[in-house]
Amino acid sequence: MPTSATFPSAAAAFRSGVKSAVTSTFFIVLAGTYIGMGALAHGFGLASWWLALSTVLVWAAPAQVILISSFGGGAPLVEAALAVSLSAVRLFPMVVALLPLLRAESTRVRDLLLPTHFTSVSMWVESLRLLPGVSREHRIAFSNGLSVGYMGTAATFGFVGYYLAAELPPLLAGGLLFLTPMSFLMSTARNAKAIMDQLALVLGLALGTILTAADVQLDLLWTGIGGGTLAYFVHRFREATA
Amino acid sequence: MNAIWTELFPYVALILVGFLPNEMWRVLGLVLARGLNEDSQIVVWSRAVATAILAGVIAKLIVFSGGALGGIPLSVRVGATVCGFLVFIAIKRSVFAGVLAGEGALLLGGWLFGH
Repeated sequence: MPTSATFPSAAAAFRSGVKSAVTSTFFIVLAGTYIGMGALAHGFGLASWWLALSTVLVWAAPAQVILISSFGGGAPLVEAALAVSLSAVRLFPMVVALLPLLRAESTRVRDLLLPTHFTSVSMWVESLRLLPGVSREHRIAFSNGLSVGYMGTAATFGFVGYYLAAELPPLLAGGLLFLTPMSFLMSTARNAKAIMDQLALVLGLALGTILTAADVQLDLLWTGIGGGTLAYFVHRFREATA
Repeated sequence: MNAIWTELFPYVALILVGFLPNEMWRVLGLVLARGLNEDSQIVVWSRAVATAILAGVIAKLIVFSGGALGGIPLSVRVGATVCGFLVFIAIKRSVFAGVLAGEGALLLGGWLFGH
């Protein structure tokens, strides 16, 4: 990716986004994650098209894992909905942080509907990294291309995992499930160049473990608000004294 | 009637239990992000909160794993994470090298000590 890419048209920016998606590390990560997800859906007796539809509509791996395992485990639907919603709280600050990067002078709200729906960890991390190098009027097209590339990859490999499910030995299946936290960890760490982001990452890892171990309710919400706010104030304090 | 409902149930539940509780946070972000730029303090704070929540999800997936990953001992999972992260730092912050090293360590450790 050149440092300041301009494109002849929105279609060219979209194609460049798709190309960035299928050549990034997240391509392999999403393929692995959704092979694991396909295996999970198969194990719980859901249809392969149901999984594909959930990938398009929900488009968040943690929420989909919760959804699949609650259906199979027979958890009450209200409880499943609450768990899904809690896992999705992180999408709110992601959208808030992403949209100002996408918006140009002439942007209408309806142009932002698709990028809003497409916001997920993979797309967010890569958009924050790549968009500053894309000219502002083509950022939405580029980001949509990126997202369509990722979503297509995820849906395709969901089918692959679904039909491979019976063949996977437990150790390899465990290795596939390990792909998600490994890749999320490394890509977040790569993006965390400022002290605030690094601190938020470390505090989130620690608080997430402690609050879950202590069986605190709404643990992810407190992890985010507590760890994030502390990191933010350290950043403000350092700026004020610098 | 009952047969149709049994067929449709997973799809209705997908909308009510999966799509809506998930999507509401994105839409809320869209509504509240109007007029903000990327340097405003609320956006900077949101980035810190999003990063911390994501880190919390990562910690939960590694420390409190379910399914096939839960069958591999905790010490192997944590050790593999540390291995992967050290390789990531050592090889110019390469995500690919880090993930590969972590996976290699997990499979080796799981094969030696697991199951």
